[in-house]
Amino acid sequence: MTSTFLPDKRTGPGAGSPPPAADRPTGRARRRTLHWLTAAGFQLPALVLFLGLVLLPMLFALYAAFFRWGGFGMPSDYIGGENFTRLFQDDVFLGDLWRCLVLVVLSLAIQLPFALAMAVLLNQRMRGRAVYRMLFFAPYVLSEAITGILFGMIFAPDDGFADQVLGKIGLEGLGGQWFADPSTVMATVFLVMTWKYFGFHMMLYLAGLQAVPRELTEAALIDGASAWQRFRNVTLPLLAPTLRISVFLAVIGSIQLFDLVWVTTAGGPDHHSETMAVTMFQYGFKRYQVGYASAISVVMFGISLVFALAYQRFVLRRDLEGATTTMRGDGK
Amino acid sequence: MTANQKTRARLNTWSLHLVLVVVGAVMAVPLLYAVLSGFKSTDELSRNPIGLPESWVASNYTQILGSGDFWRLIGNSTLIAIGTTVLIVAVSALSAFSFARFAFRGREALFTLFTMGLMFPFAVAALPLFLLLRSLDLLDNPLGVILPQAAFGLPMTIIILRGFFRQIPGELEEAATLDGCSSFGFFWRVLLPMARPALGTVSVLAVVTSWNNFFLPLLVFTDAQWWTLPIGVQQFQGQYSADYAKVFAYLVLAMVPALAFYSVAERQLVGGLTAGATKG
Repeated sequence: MTSTFLPDKRTGPGAGSPPPAADRPTGRARRRTLHWLTAAGFQLPALVLFLGLVLLPMLFALYAAFFRWGGFGMPSDYIGGENFTRLFQDDVFLGDLWRCLVLVVLSLAIQLPFALAMAVLLNQRMRGRAVYRMLFFAPYVLSEAITGILFGMIFAPDDGFADQVLGKIGLEGLGGQWFADPSTVMATVFLVMTWKYFGFHMMLYLAGLQAVPRELTEAALIDGASAWQRFRNVTLPLLAPTLRISVFLAVIGSIQLFDLVWVTTAGGPDHHSETMAVTMFQYGFKRYQVGYASAISVVMFGISLVFALAYQRFVLRRDLEGATTTMRGDGK
Repeated sequence: MTANQKTRARLNTWSLHLVLVVVGAVMAVPLLYAVLSGFKSTDELSRNPIGLPESWVASNYTQILGSGDFWRLIGNSTLIAIGTTVLIVAVSALSAFSFARFAFRGREALFTLFTMGLMFPFAVAALPLFLLLRSLDLLDNPLGVILPQAAFGLPMTIIILRGFFRQIPGELEEAATLDGCSSFGFFWRVLLPMARPALGTVSVLAVVTSWNNFFLPLLVFTDAQWWTLPIGVQQFQGQYSADYAKVFAYLVLAMVPALAFYSVAERQLVGGLTAGATKG
């Protein structure tokens, strides 16, 4: 995609007419200042919004995490790293970390391969393809709150739809408490997540598959490669950049999960489906331990950041072009 | 093709369709179940949870549609979605233009700062943001949702728009400049009209994100007057938790706007997501 881009020095206004050599340095300097001011002027509204409402709050959370603070007035009771040491002795928070890991693993091991399989199926010319595509993607546009409430009712213990159906076909044993049972609640949350999000990943893969040249798979076919070999050796490598982005989004999404859990279980039963964001919300907005809640925010951010940087450093850099230029600025 | 190959091909097609039908059913059944349940009485729902309604009772739906509350939620959600979208697109377009067409000192650092915003979880900023909005007196004010939503939407929008803006040939800019166009003139009169499809894409993304947002409106709006649809649904469910059929009807009606919008704007939405996720 960089082919149409112009080299940087020609992209500014007045591009193509570099200042004549006779230009006096002062004039050139003034023009450069003007140029910079114009560029900065265009950036100003975005910068104000972003700094004021994204960066500033983040930095403030980092600051507040070192105080015992109820959220009124300015934090004054400095306690150093005490919030953090408390955090890592807090069973609920350690559980959050564990559940986050479980969700990440389940997403990578089940949700994404499933999305990929569906994308490969739907990439073929076939009847009804557009309908399936619409249907699989539709849950993505529904709000998490609405999805959560719907499934909360479907998986209601005993008289919910899921249990009723299992009862009708003689599989009562398989049904049960779903969201209400500590041992099944995470599996149920994951099930709903998959229902809602696999279509999104499928769409990404479909877009990626469009970019796989048909000639390559056809050539492999002529060489006698089986369907699996064609997929494994031709399609999959070419799809790798898309896969890496989708893995990134799935992991970050699992770290930040809130809405779905909040409306289905609010973290229950007995914290068994609580996520970091839910714990943060509980402490910050329900119990007014804002300093402690900020520490949770900071750890959450730290995990996201470390993951993002490591992922960028070790995984994404392999993509040569296009796929991940978002992370690297200029496609250089 | 030998007969053997032909049967195998047919078998393949069959199993392919079988898989898709099963997955399609799993996707569709929760939605269908909700629609049908909305036509039952709660009484019938416990007797006959799975089958078609014995008699189709539309009163659940009509009651909700007849109440001003539901329409107020829709109105609030619409107002906030439009406000957010206009703000995001305007601000991001200016910024993306500058990123795409100017070479200025600090450009890469600034761009990296914005792209890092992609991985800032909203939950991290939620607390201090809430305090900030409180001190700015923006709680129970639609701006309290619009402004932060726009701010958090900037990174993605700027990245997508920058990509599009860079593809517009530089010769156009030269021509415009020679004709005496200022840089803002070029942006306003040439670039924006040309980038209409891209603007459509980011607008659709912004509308959907705003429409579905739950966390931020949950923090900002305590006054029911300002609730958006997702908050309203949650409150309704809490209030009528015993009246299953009614809640189902409410859920279905709450889904309709998003699904309708999706069916109209499918292309832009998918195009935006894939562009946002795979290119810069």
